Amino acid sequence: MALSKSNINVGDQHSEQIVDNLTRTQIIQYAGASGDYNPLHTDEIFTTEIAGYPTVFAHGMLTMGMTGKMLTNFVGDGRLTKYGVRFVAQVWPGDSLTATATVEAIREEDGVSLVDLAVSTVNQDGAEVVKGSATARIDG
Amino acid sequence: MATEHFPIEAGHIMLFARSVGDANPIYYNAEAAADTEPGHIIPPPTFVQSSAQFTEGYNLRPVIGEPWFGSGKEPTGIQRESSGGGGGTGFHAEQHYEYHAPIQPGDVLKAVDKPGNSWEREGRRGGTLKFNESVTEYYNQDGVLVVTARSVGVQTSRVVE
Repeated sequence: MALSKSNINVGDQHSEQIVDNLTRTQIIQYAGASGDYNPLHTDEIFTTEIAGYPTVFAHGMLTMGMTGKMLTNFVGDGRLTKYGVRFVAQVWPGDSLTATATVEAIREEDGVSLVDLAVSTVNQDGAEVVKGSATARIDG
Repeated sequence: MATEHFPIEAGHIMLFARSVGDANPIYYNAEAAADTEPGHIIPPPTFVQSSAQFTEGYNLRPVIGEPWFGSGKEPTGIQRESSGGGGGTGFHAEQHYEYHAPIQPGDVLKAVDKPGNSWEREGRRGGTLKFNESVTEYYNQDGVLVVTARSVGVQTSRVVE
């Protein structure tokens, strides 16, 4: 169901839990699908003994991808025109993340109705891990 | 990442959607996708990142027959400047996409890299931070620009605390 100008308002929010207790296996699935096999994400021995981190951590792009699920559920399939994020903090195995889109503006550009969204994903402690923005086509 | 030949395949889209935990049928089932607004299977918004699978010489994919810097019998096979050793690490700082035209299975994309800016600043957690930006344009088999990706990488001088 696509959004339309008549059913959204500036300030509206859509939130979803995008992962509960992130597993190392899901991080490995992402490595396998995306092709980013950096051992920092999948290889506990390398990450702790060589790189000096407490454990493996998620690809930033995994968090962006999971956050994208919240966005497409909100704006509809094939409706995004822009989506960008900054990776603010690392995401670790065991984290549970909640992603939120907030309507910042509803506008017209070249006869197309658009919604601008602020995007934020936080972990179970409320710490922001991803911060960004997105724009999507909406029905006029 | 410059990639000459990035075939868009339904199975790859399925694996990618699973990996980001997205159960939307439009990523899995051509019949279900036919009833959606796009009318066909589409990739999730960040899917073009997986063009890395098709990038020749991509440095985060093991090369058959060559040592890999992840653990085997020892914690590392070879040292790499870009990841681990010495404490400093390369990270992905930002990623931005603009979507210009639909993508579907059967398409074959070509990715063209454009250089971006570089800058430095002192970070609170990782010492001196060196930022590098790159822009990648993805064109389909008809020469239509479908996605523009802008990536910012950061190199830290020590382990991020």
